[in-house]
Amino acid sequence: MSTAVTETKEPRTETESTKKRRTLTQRDARLGLWLMSPTLLVVLAIVIFPLLWSILLSFQRMRLIQIGRADFFEPLTLANYERVLGSSQFWSSLLITFVYTFGSVVLAISLGVLAAMAVRQPFRGRTLVRAAYLLPYVAPVVAVTFIWRTMLNPQFGIVNVFGQKVLGWDEPIPFLSQAVGTWNVLGLEIPIPTALLTTIAFEGWRYFPFAFLFLIARLAAMSGEPEEAALVDGATPWQSFRFIVLPQLMPIIALLAVLRTIWTFNEFDDIFLLTGGAAGTGVASVQIYNYLTVQRNVGAAAAQSVIMALVLVAMLSVYLLILRRRGERV
Amino acid sequence: MSTDIVTPPSQVAAAPEQRRLPRGTRHHVQSRVFGIGRWVVIIGFLIATLVPFYYMVLLSVKPIEALLSDPASMIVKPSEFTLQTYVNVLSSPAAGGQGFGRFLANSAVVALASVALALLIGIPGAYAIARLPFIGRRYISGVFLAAYLFPAILMAIPLFVGFTRVGLRGSLVGLIIVYTAQTVPVAIYMLRNYFETVPESIEEAGLVDGLSRMGVLRQISLKLAMPSIMSTGLFVFMIAWNEFLFALLFLVDRRERWTVSLGLSQLSGSVEIPTTVLMAGSVVLTLPIIIIFFATERLLTGGLTAGAEKG
Repeated sequence: MSTAVTETKEPRTETESTKKRRTLTQRDARLGLWLMSPTLLVVLAIVIFPLLWSILLSFQRMRLIQIGRADFFEPLTLANYERVLGSSQFWSSLLITFVYTFGSVVLAISLGVLAAMAVRQPFRGRTLVRAAYLLPYVAPVVAVTFIWRTMLNPQFGIVNVFGQKVLGWDEPIPFLSQAVGTWNVLGLEIPIPTALLTTIAFEGWRYFPFAFLFLIARLAAMSGEPEEAALVDGATPWQSFRFIVLPQLMPIIALLAVLRTIWTFNEFDDIFLLTGGAAGTGVASVQIYNYLTVQRNVGAAAAQSVIMALVLVAMLSVYLLILRRRGERV
Repeated sequence: MSTDIVTPPSQVAAAPEQRRLPRGTRHHVQSRVFGIGRWVVIIGFLIATLVPFYYMVLLSVKPIEALLSDPASMIVKPSEFTLQTYVNVLSSPAAGGQGFGRFLANSAVVALASVALALLIGIPGAYAIARLPFIGRRYISGVFLAAYLFPAILMAIPLFVGFTRVGLRGSLVGLIIVYTAQTVPVAIYMLRNYFETVPESIEEAGLVDGLSRMGVLRQISLKLAMPSIMSTGLFVFMIAWNEFLFALLFLVDRRERWTVSLGLSQLSGSVEIPTTVLMAGSVVLTLPIIIIFFATERLLTGGLTAGAEKG
């Protein structure tokens, strides 16, 4: 992200006492490679090589049982891609993934902005409040999903008990196991994707701290002068937020949107632990897991992963294009 | 002589006067709404973030019968208070418990080893990226980032196969290697930011005084970067301690090697184990992270968002 900044330092070597400097630079370059080599080795062996192998696997017929004696030279085929693209499950999971990603990213960032603006001015106990806000993000995912599942439990979960006793619900809401609920309002029956909305709410709760963390860092470094000037000129607090603060936050919000989109799009743990991918929450990553462990079809799992990565790249390209057209710099 | 430079006192007094706008204007109403709304928001977020954790601790210290008979209760009666849930969850299966004591030890070994390895590999790498002009330096961050575009499960398939072949699957060592590889890029990102803030002139002074590059790294940069190294180590610890997917894929059929995360996720599907006991397991899983986090919050958040200030 800041590589471009460091690069600019180098051309200076050409100036005074060129010869001695260059040998030092050369020695530094060699040492640099040496220092870098353990990292390169680990990342190549455990990240890059498996990725490339997966891409190869997506073009081969491969079941989980065969893979123990598989080699790289199995015949290539497009059968996995045909199978994945031809299944209706794939298209529905793609749609679910889009809705889930978009909803989660927008919700997490909006909540992050709201929380960051609220604690912007100093007050007593601000440090503690700040730390408390970060809890959902730092706590282990297995623990927080278990807490949510218990709280939303239809029999004894506190949310349903509270809803029935205080809010007057007729019956408990199966938040995590109901694919579509109906909401009666003004005689209309509106279908609600209950479980999907619950998982999106969970994502908003769990990841707003990430946005919050970056936004308060940015807010703290912002100069207060433009806002004071606007205040003197009679701007209302909303105008001052909308036209002075928000534009300054935009670059960091754009960055957060990109990061959160990538991570949510590939998210597996949260959905798998909350619903297991049932009740209309079968996002792509859970489906890939099922290809791998239930159907034991390695080739199809790899093919769908590759397709999802391509979709993500396409989405990010469109996104960056829009940003560039609007003159934002990421 | 210089009187005309000094602002007349009347004008100085006028500035704060101007800010106090008359009541009833849009500005005034909005200020009031924002002033109250701000506290509503602060408290709303506090409830949303703290209540689930309070609920976790609450359920972990009452017997399951108390929960089922009065699920609406948000307090624990002194007569109901029990720590038997913790005894049950921590003791070994042989003693009739759930074996979380063992899981804790496994998680600690995996997380600490991952921290040590990630720092050992990441510190030289970060220094090289920050300071040394080697070939391909420009592209390395891009390659690391590109790897994040793929779902982790895609990497998991070949690793599953490869580790099975060399006998590392089902062992904690395999997990340590994966966690190290996953966290090294993050460690490098965090450390590099710090190494770049160390003034180059200090390092050049060291070079002039006859230190080698490695000497500079060891005796100057490393000491200056100590707080950043601490925060990076803690961050890696949290990632390794919280990780779930690879533990699931590699260790699921080896109960004696489960990490706490895996153990809780596997046992929470069982109907035989009371929810309150599992909540005790949740506390056991969460507590180390919360302690580390509160002890080092400032250090940690500073390291992660370094560079965000620049916009």
